[in-house]
Amino acid sequence: MSAVPLTAYLMLALILFCIGLFGALTKRNAVIVLISIELMLNAVNINLVAFAKYSINPGLTGQIFSLFTITVAAAEAAVGLAILIALYRNRQTVNVDEMDTMKR
Amino acid sequence: MLQMSWLIPLFPLLSFILLLLFRKSKSESTAWIGVLLTGVSLVMSVGVFLAVWQGEGIKTEGTWFQIGERAITMGFEVNPLNALMLVIVSLVSFLVHLYSKGYMHGDERFPVFFAYLGLFSFAMLGLVLSPNLLQLYMFWELVGLGSFLLIGFYYFKPEAKAAAKKAFVMTRIGDVGLFIGMVLLFWQVGSFEYDEIFTSVKNGDISSGMLTLTALCIFVGAVGKSGQLPLHTWLPDAMEGPTPVSALIHAATMVAAGVYLVAAMYPLFQASEAALTVVAVVGGLTAIFAASIGLMQKDIKRVLAYSTVSQLGYMMLALGASGYVAGIFHLTTHAFFKALLFLAAGSVIHAVHTQNIEEMGGLWKKLRVTGPLFLIGALAISGVPLLSGFFSKDEILASTYADGKYGLFWLAVIAAFMTAFYMFRLFFLVFTGEARGEEHEQKGVHESPGVMTFPMIVLGVLAVVAGYLNTTWFGTFLSDYLAQGPVDLPHGDHHGPAWIPLLATLAAALGIGLAYLIYQKGTLSRDWITRSLPSLAEVIYNKWYIDEGYDQTVVKGTRALSKLGVLFDRYVVDGLVTAVTNGVQGLSKIGSRLQNGQVQSYGTAAIFGIVILLLIVALTGGYFS
Repeated sequence: MSAVPLTAYLMLALILFCIGLFGALTKRNAVIVLISIELMLNAVNINLVAFAKYSINPGLTGQIFSLFTITVAAAEAAVGLAILIALYRNRQTVNVDEMDTMKR
Repeated sequence: MLQMSWLIPLFPLLSFILLLLFRKSKSESTAWIGVLLTGVSLVMSVGVFLAVWQGEGIKTEGTWFQIGERAITMGFEVNPLNALMLVIVSLVSFLVHLYSKGYMHGDERFPVFFAYLGLFSFAMLGLVLSPNLLQLYMFWELVGLGSFLLIGFYYFKPEAKAAAKKAFVMTRIGDVGLFIGMVLLFWQVGSFEYDEIFTSVKNGDISSGMLTLTALCIFVGAVGKSGQLPLHTWLPDAMEGPTPVSALIHAATMVAAGVYLVAAMYPLFQASEAALTVVAVVGGLTAIFAASIGLMQKDIKRVLAYSTVSQLGYMMLALGASGYVAGIFHLTTHAFFKALLFLAAGSVIHAVHTQNIEEMGGLWKKLRVTGPLFLIGALAISGVPLLSGFFSKDEILASTYADGKYGLFWLAVIAAFMTAFYMFRLFFLVFTGEARGEEHEQKGVHESPGVMTFPMIVLGVLAVVAGYLNTTWFGTFLSDYLAQGPVDLPHGDHHGPAWIPLLATLAAALGIGLAYLIYQKGTLSRDWITRSLPSLAEVIYNKWYIDEGYDQTVVKGTRALSKLGVLFDRYVVDGLVTAVTNGVQGLSKIGSRLQNGQVQSYGTAAIFGIVILLLIVALTGGYFS
């Protein structure tokens, strides 16, 4: 187990976060944007767990915290999807480009 | 009487206002308003003059406004010099008003003409009464306005319009000089008052360089107004105005204002030898230069105009050669005989309806009153003994000689010869020989009405007797009289050697004789000079190409400069403005494109921002380290 160093976890988290960020900023479909946000959250979770295990004072705090994050993320995904559906019903689209009411 | 002298200019002003009210009137009796009111001015002026003759004088002033500790005053002053001017101005103005009653008969804007005459007389009388330079300057400009309005009276003629504009612009160049001189004096002395200026000049409070500079600046004003070289070109063009106007403004009064200004500021000029020399040289050159042009002109009024320029040159020459009395004396006599000549010319024009002397001739028998009067004027201006011009011209020559300016003296003698020649060329061409005009014009030729001949007769008498104001034979009344004034007359015998009057008479006789031989007898062919010196004659006929020269240099130069200015304005100034607006517009376009309502692009911007911040932190090693 100890063969995997902290850097590897952090690299994985970084890559995951960058993919998520890229997806969130470039995809046109609102569903994929939501999924990308989930990716970024999970990258954070990996960081939390990795530091919980490899820090100077290892403990469970990080792992429990990541459990909370997963819960909150689930709730957020549910609310996000609900908003998305409401939006779809109103405007018949999930294309992010067409959602520019902030301009006004 | 003297306390009331401030009323003198107000009567013509009243006439101006009243006539403006009646300007639509068709009745020609409106002229009597002007005639009567200037008549009152004349009577009062004579009263004032007589009082001053007995040695009185007055100066009254009140503070107009205060700048810091310096008070600007307004008021009036009567001294020998301006009392004399008052009489000349109001007399000529009165006579011209009367004459115009006949001359302007049938003109559509009859009352307006008299209103303008009133305005001019007001301004001129006010100018003369001014006790300080500032007040003088105001009236100086008003006089210019009057001249402008009257030259352009026939505004529907393009030449008249152009001439009016030209007169205004050219005199304005001089006015700028006067203004600069005035401001310099105020800076040095702290007052516009003649008296205070003269006191500080006398006490030597002003450095000699500054004295010369101010004197020359003021002289520039006089050059503009009096049509001296090189600003003389407006005066001949001003002949587009009605002839009575030429007699009043461009012969007797306004153009003499420049001479009056130099005379009024004479202590300043006396303090600077260089300024006096400049005045004398400009005067002398103008005298001979204008006389030479007068030899060849074909328009009766233009000959007289160049003659006026030349005579004004004489006056300046006299003043520059310390001949204060001679200058004023010539101003007085010239006012009478030149006004007479102009009015007579007007009468001729009134009779034959042309100004071209080539189309006149044989008028002596038809104009039994005008003819002899014109002859008197011509004899007087030529300097024939016993008439007024002889005495004043003799005095100028004598004082120039006594001042040691021999070159200018001979110039003046030659100019005197030319004067006699062109006046009698005019006389013989107009009044003797065969009538050369068109047939149908000849029948209508008749003498002018009494209202026109009467002023001419008065002026004719004055042109004869005015010379006796100051003679070596009967007494030097004028110089004794002017000696009461603020000017210290240069001492010494100004009557020069006895051969000077003889020389002047000889020059006049030669000129008259030559004109007689050429234009009356026909002994000498008319164009023998023209033929022997064709290029010189060409140059003189074209007025030495001064107008063309100005056109090529000043006018074209100004045009080119203004074109450059337009280009600069269009491409540099406007370019700058458009560059600024374009820049702002471009920026705002980029800005508005950024605010597109897309959360994703906002997010991108935010990420880029934080990346840049992180990069900075990484490269600099962080804020806290």
